[in-house]
Amino acid sequence: MKLIYALFTGLVFGVGISISGMINPAKVFNFFDIAGTWDPSLAFVMGGAVIVTFIGYRLAWRRNAPLFGEQFEFPTNSAIDARLVGGSAIFGIGWGIAGFCPGAAIPALGTGRWEVVLFLAAVTAGFYVRRLFTPTQSTKKAA
Amino acid sequence: METLFTPFASLGGGMLIGLGAVLLMFGLGRILGATGIMSGLVFAESSSEFSWRAAMVVGMILAPGLIFLMTGAMPELDVPVSPLMIVIGGVIVGFGASLGSGCTSGHGVCGLSRLSVRSIVAVPTFMVTAAITVYLIRHVFGV
Repeated sequence: MKLIYALFTGLVFGVGISISGMINPAKVFNFFDIAGTWDPSLAFVMGGAVIVTFIGYRLAWRRNAPLFGEQFEFPTNSAIDARLVGGSAIFGIGWGIAGFCPGAAIPALGTGRWEVVLFLAAVTAGFYVRRLFTPTQSTKKAA
Repeated sequence: METLFTPFASLGGGMLIGLGAVLLMFGLGRILGATGIMSGLVFAESSSEFSWRAAMVVGMILAPGLIFLMTGAMPELDVPVSPLMIVIGGVIVGFGASLGSGCTSGHGVCGLSRLSVRSIVAVPTFMVTAAITVYLIRHVFGV
């Protein structure tokens, strides 16, 4: 039951990614290309997602525990360090080069496009490279 | 390449993305971060940590097919960059998102909604570096 619920959750997220335009690298590039063919649509994606999540999280947290778990789990790291800022800066550069981010590319696999497979294979390679550089950090708490 | 301004589809899609994040918190008590879900699959530490992530990914991948069944068309997806750029961008995305503990979904949607200070630092950081990267590629190097 928990797994069916998780699958449904992924489906809702994936439909959102698909109809929002996040799935489309051309739209991602144009969102950032303020000096060129600017398309501000993706600001509406982030706005809609944050409004729903901000309110919905607070409703969910009224319960003592999640439906299928013992407790709500959050990242424990609160450090504003070079890893956070540098990692985020590097992530943005890659996003600006490829036009996909992980959350858009996973649903995009369902379109059957080979470019998406290539991108996600490269992302996985990037995970391994990161572990070579900083093998001690656990990825378990990744936000 | 121009794309259409789609405020309503993007807002609606964004709200569904948020609903997915809320459902995951309500049901499993977890943050919906695509980087964490992907790296949790690649570097799974236990079968219970693997299975819910795998189920979510299956749901996400089914989403474009569901869109096709409902509308008769796959979501629009144009990749205006070369395979080499996809690979380079992908490796950088994987490295950076892993180092910075999150991407657009984890830091952007969930972190901002939790008012996580780390995410409030991370999101403007990757938005700015993505915009600079797109500017340099399109308007300085003219690729």
